[in-house]
Amino acid sequence: MTMRPSGESHMVRDLPSSSVSIRDLFLEAVSALLARPSRSALTALGTVLGVGALVSTLGIAQTAGNQIITRFDELAATEVVAEGQRIGFGSGSRAAVALPWDSGDRIERLNGVVAAGTLSDVDTAGALATSVPVTDPLGSTAFDIPVVAVSPGLFGAVRAELSTGRFFDEGHDRNGDKVVVLGAAAAQRLNVTRVDNRPAIKVGEEAFVVVGILADVQREPSLLSRIIIPNGAARSRYTLAAPTEVHVETDVGASRLIAGQVPTALAPGREELVVVKAAPDPTQVRNRVEGDINALFIVLGSVSLLVGAIGIANVTLVSVLERRGEIGLRRAVGAARRHIASQFLVESTLLGALGGLIGTSAGILLIVGVSAARDWTPVLEPWLPFIAPIAGALVGLLAGVYPALKAANTEPIAALRG
Amino acid sequence: MSSPATAAAPVVELHDLGRTFEGAQPVEALRRADLSVMAGDYVSIVGPSGSGKSTLLHLLGLLDRPTKGSYLLDGIDTADLSDAQRTALRGQRIGFVFQSFHLLSHRTVVENVMLAMLYGDTPKRQRHNLAISALERVGLGHRLDFVPTLLSGGERQRVAIARAIVAGPSLLLADEPTGNLDQTTSESIMEVFEELQSEGLTVMVITHDSVVAGRARRTVEMLDGVLSEVGQ
Repeated sequence: MTMRPSGESHMVRDLPSSSVSIRDLFLEAVSALLARPSRSALTALGTVLGVGALVSTLGIAQTAGNQIITRFDELAATEVVAEGQRIGFGSGSRAAVALPWDSGDRIERLNGVVAAGTLSDVDTAGALATSVPVTDPLGSTAFDIPVVAVSPGLFGAVRAELSTGRFFDEGHDRNGDKVVVLGAAAAQRLNVTRVDNRPAIKVGEEAFVVVGILADVQREPSLLSRIIIPNGAARSRYTLAAPTEVHVETDVGASRLIAGQVPTALAPGREELVVVKAAPDPTQVRNRVEGDINALFIVLGSVSLLVGAIGIANVTLVSVLERRGEIGLRRAVGAARRHIASQFLVESTLLGALGGLIGTSAGILLIVGVSAARDWTPVLEPWLPFIAPIAGALVGLLAGVYPALKAANTEPIAALRG
Repeated sequence: MSSPATAAAPVVELHDLGRTFEGAQPVEALRRADLSVMAGDYVSIVGPSGSGKSTLLHLLGLLDRPTKGSYLLDGIDTADLSDAQRTALRGQRIGFVFQSFHLLSHRTVVENVMLAMLYGDTPKRQRHNLAISALERVGLGHRLDFVPTLLSGGERQRVAIARAIVAGPSLLLADEPTGNLDQTTSESIMEVFEELQSEGLTVMVITHDSVVAGRARRTVEMLDGVLSEVGQ
């Protein structure tokens, strides 16, 4: 007989209060969830999507960001361009400071510079360019081709490649020799295809010997359609007061440093009048790209997570109403309100954690899939796979609060009679 | 089963117990009830619907608080107790049997019985053994791992009875226990109650079935919230 002897007198405070172990609570919740497996699965789906979206977003943004660093345009990252600050607007504008003619040499002395040279537009007063006269009554023989003056270092700085001939050099520049290098397009128009026979062209009345033809220019591709003369010739034949721009090629990673030193090298004491353009730091580019992707998709992920939370809250609430009898019974066999609330909280937290776990796995699979398809290296913060399911559990916990309170406030009388 | 000095103390003692439901027109569902139920008593409570039977059941089961009077369970004045203490007392001293069984359909018979000890301090292993012996007492030792949906109505109610007695309560409170059962099955359930009572359990059955009520040693009638002992 397990009966308690009746009639004995108890002090009220001696009554042991009802309690339930964490383990039992957990097992009760698990068996309640397993009792309705398809409903539990559907309920967890919202969190699966939300956490999955968040994880894959963060992962893909990171992977893509990493990709940007490795594939970051090395060309742009090693380029620095300086010019004098402009005063005035449009064609009437002029530089506030005259860049020195030896800008290229000055810059090339800086540590980290591969090549540097000046580039200036030459005002030929509308003179047309002509090549060796060809008797072609239908074809035009005079062309309006812009002329630019450069220092010999510029060819290296803009990574120009010759198809034939050679670049002009310091000697040509110093002597004011009337030599030109033609861009590929300019050469085609002027019908110059070879330089071994020392062809000549004329710009207006000035004759120049063609020493080389450019095949390609990686930076400043506009040079391909220009007539390129040395600074020396431009100064003696035309009115070129000072170089317009200085182009610099730096070592990888040195562009920010060089950009900071160029103004001092070009205009000591008047550094503020030199405008320097350098490619942004690749890490900054990555961060910005990551930031852009993240901002958008984190919002989307959060919205799906919110929808997931509402889903859990909804289904748990319905569950509470359906299980009124069970709640009443548990209260009748000694469950305190907090035990009822805990059980529903544990159930919704488990659902959230389960959804978070599946969502994390799905998200990681997606990252790997996208990376495989794009031939990228998948990159993921190591904490993400651990934090994400916890986030899911947290969502479940929060979603369960209202239904749990509702369950705790269920009146056992009504529940047992109903 | 109890020491001679305390043998005479009642399990249930009601003094001037009343319950009024407030509202535009206050309803006095139970008025001035006096009742003493001794250990091992078998009491049936009868009366038409709306007479206050359920109100009395809820008060006895500590599911509701009286608006006046006192209720002593095992000599403990329940008026002094906090909600948490009433819950604990209910879990430990009162076993409930309901008309609609209230079994968890997805849990096995033995798990359903073990549920009654979930919120107590019985160790898990012991709970299992106690549940088995309670099921054997009601003649369901061969159905331990069935789920309730596979059982007949009578068997389900036996499971519910096993659940009600497994924690060793002082009082078994049955609310229309045969309401959903046919006559033969009702008969067998009544036999279970009688057996338990003969083993010393205090049983109170609320019913509107005069046959069921007639099986009890004492019958108490409720009429318009007034409680009166019948016969003797």
